[in-house]
Amino acid sequence: MSINRRHFLTASAAIATGAIAAPTVFSRAAAAADSIKVGVLFSQTGGLSIVERSLTDATRMAIAEINASGGVLGKQVEAVIEDGASDPKTFNEKASKLVIQDRLPTVFACYTSASRKAVLPVFEKRKAALFYPTYYEGFECSKNVVYTGAVPNQQLSNFIPWIIKTLGKKKFFIVGSNYIYPREMAKVSKILIEKNGGEWVADEYLELGHSEWGSMVNKIKSSGCDVVLSNVVGDSVIAFYREFKNQGLSHDKLPICATVTSEIEIAAMGPEYAVGSYTSFPYFQAIDTPANLAFVERYRKFVNDPKAVTHHALESSYFQVYLWKQAVEAAKDTSAAAVLGAIGGQSYAAPGGKVTVEKENLHTALTPRIAQWQADGQGKIVDAYPEPVFPLPYVAYGETQQNLFCTPAGLDAAKLKG
Amino acid sequence: MLDTIFIGLSLGSVLLLVALGLAITYGAMGVINMAHGEMVMLGAYTAVMTSLYLGLGLIAAMPVAFLVTALMGLAIERLVVRRLYGRLLDTLLATWGVAILIQQAVRLSFGLAFAGITIAGLGPGLQNVSLPEWLGGVFSVAGSEISVYRSFIILVSLLLAALTWFLMYRTSIGMQLRAIMRNPQMAAACGIDTNRINALAFAYGSGLAGVAGVLMAGFKTVFPDMGTPMVVDGFLVVVMGGVGSLVGSILSAGILGQINGLTAAVSNDIIARAVVFAVVIAVIVWKPKGLFSYKGR
Repeated sequence: MSINRRHFLTASAAIATGAIAAPTVFSRAAAAADSIKVGVLFSQTGGLSIVERSLTDATRMAIAEINASGGVLGKQVEAVIEDGASDPKTFNEKASKLVIQDRLPTVFACYTSASRKAVLPVFEKRKAALFYPTYYEGFECSKNVVYTGAVPNQQLSNFIPWIIKTLGKKKFFIVGSNYIYPREMAKVSKILIEKNGGEWVADEYLELGHSEWGSMVNKIKSSGCDVVLSNVVGDSVIAFYREFKNQGLSHDKLPICATVTSEIEIAAMGPEYAVGSYTSFPYFQAIDTPANLAFVERYRKFVNDPKAVTHHALESSYFQVYLWKQAVEAAKDTSAAAVLGAIGGQSYAAPGGKVTVEKENLHTALTPRIAQWQADGQGKIVDAYPEPVFPLPYVAYGETQQNLFCTPAGLDAAKLKG
Repeated sequence: MLDTIFIGLSLGSVLLLVALGLAITYGAMGVINMAHGEMVMLGAYTAVMTSLYLGLGLIAAMPVAFLVTALMGLAIERLVVRRLYGRLLDTLLATWGVAILIQQAVRLSFGLAFAGITIAGLGPGLQNVSLPEWLGGVFSVAGSEISVYRSFIILVSLLLAALTWFLMYRTSIGMQLRAIMRNPQMAAACGIDTNRINALAFAYGSGLAGVAGVLMAGFKTVFPDMGTPMVVDGFLVVVMGGVGSLVGSILSAGILGQINGLTAAVSNDIIARAVVFAVVIAVIVWKPKGLFSYKGR
């Protein structure tokens, strides 16, 4: 077969045109499709999957509900779900895939601070929007992240004064896992303890994942404290509460007041070890409102597990999808810039009450609550703020609502030093 | 002071529980068994499962766990380890692979998770075992409150050490095993069935890990990754005590436990951990073969 020159040229030209045209055709087809794609990135496997799967489920449930009621801007929402595999490096790779390759403007992602820090550069460089549902240590002011979980002042500003005034406990033993979240929480706690006329007798840390609590509990016993403030996370929590009881301490006399112990940890340790202890969170499954009861009911039906528990980060994972929907509808645009521009000031009636994304720092105003754990593994709400509390991610460094460090202009680093 | 010493004793007994099995598989057989921690994990899960499905208590779960993990150990020896005797680094890699397999098997409910079936008690979540009434709480000795359960662990670990000593030094199988430890070729030449003895020793070491797992389940969290840090601690004890020496393992577990407990009492747990590592490093620099060693293979 002979190939003459003219045929060869036409053929190459056709291929070349095709190659150039292809991406345009492709993206036009994608835009024309009647769906809006969003990324969902939590761990489906690995050590953190037990919690992070529940966050995925809550996100999927919110999307399913939105779709059932007509979608966003008349289009169905489609979730592109990736697995972070409990590993920050994998989180970074998958975030790059969602943001760069799939070109998704918005991703609902991350449970741990380590994974958030790992994906942050991707979102900031590509100007995409990240919705982050977990309570965290603050000290961050990204213009590309919408933070819908609690920051330290929303877990501690009511907790510490309440412990001192209502429980009448004055000597704190602060204990935590050895990483950034517990250490920042301890900083805020100390400021609040001293301001309210209490004192702290110790500030101790154990390795993340440590499960040998013999020495620490012994130290708590002999420290002369009358309350334990726990910022212990993960599976260490369970070993801690069990050792506490096994060494003969009781929450009646010496209560553990915790910032991380949620319904999930209580179920895992066996409720008898936690009865009488306290936790501060903006959301508990036990919140007795029709909205929350219906939410728990819907969630259990959605995951097909009549005993499934709901918790703070799960509720945030759910309502942040609705906040995103409102921002998209306000801007009439799904691009990241439009969403991040319109999200500030959005309010939503979440299962746990009203939440508002603050324009200033894109953190969310939430209502702090304190619960005492009961024998059935549920918290009994013993105290709640009358209204949502303004989020202050830099409260450990002296930030107040009158003197914000994190503003739409970015972080004011001068204030941080002073 | 008494309670600090007691905590140290208790930490030592937990170390000993894990190290006893290793002292046999590593010490006696020259196999770096990275799956040892997974045997502890399987033991702990046996406690969870037997209480969930058979209503057995912690004590009754111990012989069941011993059987389950001993059989598992036998299978690992037959399928993997037997082919690798004398190849130290290969046993490390192969048993590490086995460890990952076992972990994932538990996490994925033996693969049924792919079919959407979950088995209560398995899966990636955290499990727990409740203690019988009489093992919870504390008793007072000279003004110090001592945890009943920790005393129980100390007792059981000493009993297991005594049992192991008896098997090693007062039975013919033990004598054959000690002969293999000294010189496997010579032992084989004397008519000892080294394959059989090795398999039995591996199964027994794994079984001990299973019992340790049941005891761990009583005060630690049960989850698929729980064994991994324990195997490191176990090796610290065996290496410091001297490979192949039962007495060495017992003493070094006691010493490391006390160092850990005392340092944690005067400073904190993180420094205590660093001090433990420093001591082990110092010991193996000073005595590369450990505190109690003899010439062996």
